[in-house]
Amino acid sequence: MVDEGLKIELGKQGVFVTTIEELYNWGRRSSIWPMQFGLACCAIEMIATTMARYDIARFGAEVFRPSPRQADMMIISGTVTKRMAPQVVRLYNQMAEPKYVIAMGACAISGGPFKQGYNVLKGIDRYIPVDVHIPGCPPRPEALLQAFMTLQKKIDGQHLTGEGRPRHLDAEAQGEFPVPVPGEHDLEPASNPGVWTAPVVIR
Amino acid sequence: MMTVEEIKAAIEAALPDAGVEIVCNPSVSGQHSLRLAPAQAVAVAKFLRDDLLFDYLSNVTGVDWPDKEVAEKVRVTRPVTKTVDGVETTVEETVEETRKRVAPGCLEAVYHLYSVAQKQGPVVFRLKTVNRTDQVELPSLTPIWRSAEFQEREIFDLFGIVFTGHPDLRRLLMWDGFKDHPMRRDYVEPDDFEYEPTAHDQVLARALAHQAASRTAQEAAAPALGAGQEGTGASQ
Repeated sequence: MVDEGLKIELGKQGVFVTTIEELYNWGRRSSIWPMQFGLACCAIEMIATTMARYDIARFGAEVFRPSPRQADMMIISGTVTKRMAPQVVRLYNQMAEPKYVIAMGACAISGGPFKQGYNVLKGIDRYIPVDVHIPGCPPRPEALLQAFMTLQKKIDGQHLTGEGRPRHLDAEAQGEFPVPVPGEHDLEPASNPGVWTAPVVIR
Repeated sequence: MMTVEEIKAAIEAALPDAGVEIVCNPSVSGQHSLRLAPAQAVAVAKFLRDDLLFDYLSNVTGVDWPDKEVAEKVRVTRPVTKTVDGVETTVEETVEETRKRVAPGCLEAVYHLYSVAQKQGPVVFRLKTVNRTDQVELPSLTPIWRSAEFQEREIFDLFGIVFTGHPDLRRLLMWDGFKDHPMRRDYVEPDDFEYEPTAHDQVLARALAHQAASRTAQEAAAPALGAGQEGTGASQ
């Protein structure tokens, strides 16, 4: 590893020093292609984020792909109904590694105002691993940009070897996530225990 | 604007055995409605559309009336043995008694009609099932007003009313294998109250019940795992 001070000093002299890891992660984080799908009203804010005023192209994420095979990131923008949840998990399974998930808005992270409804999933993180949660109903485009920058920071900080390396470099990592099956009263299972355990509520 | 009384009179003039009754709404809005007999509902609906020109069905919805316990006072005459002047005589006596009975519940489909041609409406009419368990069939009015199709499917899905004569009666919002009817009053939602960070009222009660149930399940499972596991079980 190059000393940070030395690196800056060398940079002033016109010598650019980097590591493979840094270069690799810089490349990865600078062209994250989101998947083109929206589930509810948050999708309108997501669309606004892609347009000229907020311009997510500044972060290299303007190429929305309609196929999960070509997408790196899934923005769960809106209410995930119990009928939609299996399809969302299936789409996530079809994405190529490395893949990332932003859960956008109150509904996607917890069920939101429909939490006690009979037909709404209480947060998509019960079935697939979520990297960034954005609260808000709906979150402003700035909040989505903030989430995106948080995701970029996360990618930047990932080491290519050892614990916590990206899943595509980890042969042991779980690739497929079980798709819930619509049952007689609820989705079965109601959550994936390998992904989600109920947080402890402190009162 | 025709009143419900006028509409009832018009229906009865055309279809003498229609079996229409007026359901009064005691509130300020005073939006009285008609209750049609399910057997004649299609004929009456056709009359409403073709002759009274109610050409637009704007809304169909369902109502669940659960079984209700009614207390009513009844005068009962019963023999009472009394001792009058040292002689035992049996006297008939009338007493007021409070009896409780269960009024059977039912399901209702409520239709809202407008007439675009005559610029009037809404006219509300209802169809009532016999009970809310096994005889929950009503005639479908989709052949009369096409706009009823999806709304009757929704009522079938959420209330469980079976509309006979509906061209495509499937669940609309829930999946086909789903067994419950979520808008019925006695619907029990799945016990997924493991994480309720801002619970209050009913949700809080359900969350506490869930926690208690999972704790007893844990305690029941702990001895089966062996003595070594008990320490970790207690700390959770």
